[in-house]
Amino acid sequence: MTEATEETITPLPLDGWHRAQGARMVSFAGYAMPIQYEGIMAEHLWTRENAGLFDVSHMGQLSFTGEGADKALETLLPGEIQALGVDRMRYSLLLDETGGIHDDLMVTRRANDIYMVVNGATKFDDIGYMREHLPDEISMNHMEDQALLALQGPKAVTALSRLVPGVEALYFMQAGAFEWDGATLWVSRSGYTGEDGFEISVPADKVEALAQALVDQDEVKPIGLGARDSLRLEAGLPLYGHDLSLETDPVSADLTFAMQKRRREEGGFMGADAILRKLADGPATKRVGLAIEGRLPAREGAEIYAGDTLIGAVTSGGFAPSVGEPIAMGYVDAAYSAPGTRLQIEVRGKRIDAVVAPMPFVPHRYHRKGAAK
Amino acid sequence: MSRYFTEDHEWVDVEGEVATVGITDYAQEQLGDIVFVEVPEEGKEVSKGDDAAVVESVKAASDVYAPVSGTVIEGNAALEGDPALVNSSPEEDGWFFKLTLSDASELDELMDEAAYKAFVAKL
Repeated sequence: MTEATEETITPLPLDGWHRAQGARMVSFAGYAMPIQYEGIMAEHLWTRENAGLFDVSHMGQLSFTGEGADKALETLLPGEIQALGVDRMRYSLLLDETGGIHDDLMVTRRANDIYMVVNGATKFDDIGYMREHLPDEISMNHMEDQALLALQGPKAVTALSRLVPGVEALYFMQAGAFEWDGATLWVSRSGYTGEDGFEISVPADKVEALAQALVDQDEVKPIGLGARDSLRLEAGLPLYGHDLSLETDPVSADLTFAMQKRRREEGGFMGADAILRKLADGPATKRVGLAIEGRLPAREGAEIYAGDTLIGAVTSGGFAPSVGEPIAMGYVDAAYSAPGTRLQIEVRGKRIDAVVAPMPFVPHRYHRKGAAK
Repeated sequence: MSRYFTEDHEWVDVEGEVATVGITDYAQEQLGDIVFVEVPEEGKEVSKGDDAAVVESVKAASDVYAPVSGTVIEGNAALEGDPALVNSSPEEDGWFFKLTLSDASELDELMDEAAYKAFVAKL
């Protein structure tokens, strides 16, 4: 059950709207957020079949300007930013000197700036860290007047294009500006559920009207944080603060896809020495998916064993509504990271059987350019 | 038969020396979709306040405490195959376990239905 906390809870722009929609609110990252509306299972399955509307306004939206902002950001991120085309985006990581992960994020080159979305729980630390390390001529603006919505699911395109014609032309990881009801929306074809869908940056004073217009579409229901977590877990996507931390690195976390070729060859980013060495030698531990046998879920913190040997720990786990079984994600000794490896997880003093499983657990259904339909 | 309630949102039905324990409709509503229930084994002795069962929802695991002391005589086997019974019928078919009371006077400390309703109304 939810624990009461004494910390200051800030309401987000859609606070009253969520409550009016029947949300159960919880404290998350210092904000009051909807954990669920009708129930996690129903919301999860609705999103996989229709379209779910998520309020992610707690996330940090940042704008970088100044000559060479792309190059400057490459000193902190291991991704290819300089060659990123206008209105194109990619997943990247904010790293420390040792290769540890400060945050995971999305970065987009726009015509007049570089736009970044970082996690809500880490945004103020990220801002401080980047201010400290970026040159003075690069300005960073925290866009606190913008709310952020995600519309996810196979029918997201139908619902959103009815309101905002033109968004259907975007492919996965493309973005653009669109007008709606007198406001400019920044819409990207992206998300964190494994489904096709969009993320929409909208002026905070228009977010309630937009959220209402979206849930007025037959395809769309509001979805809480609970289902957001189960959807991303099934999609094999790591959650910062759980599956990623300063103690993890891009190689152990199996996120080397976020380090493009030129960056691997040239280095020149925070933690490059340690990370490139790990890339060459192989990591000691590796993030893996785990299919749990039986019905008992293994949660974050549960120890993973190979026989009597402790070889890792679960970092995220729970019941997977679309799989119909419990699944988990965790870090194990690299020797035990091959799919099919049989392991045991300790849950309340009992050992349950688990098998290293390829991720995602549920296939991604992104709208990729050039992909066969 | 009398029904008693705890502040931890359990209900206890007492018939003679046998108490049947479950969680209330309020509790299942708070927990959300229940995906796994672990009930105590027959013969297990529990003291009031001990962890007696575990209920797992999609998002978290929660302990169910023994509302009274006694010896477990049966866990609800139906919950193994259909844990969602706790959501659909929390105060009947979704019971957790039965025990024989070792100290019936402990029941005096529990609430009756009217007191529990008033307790929940204040939450």
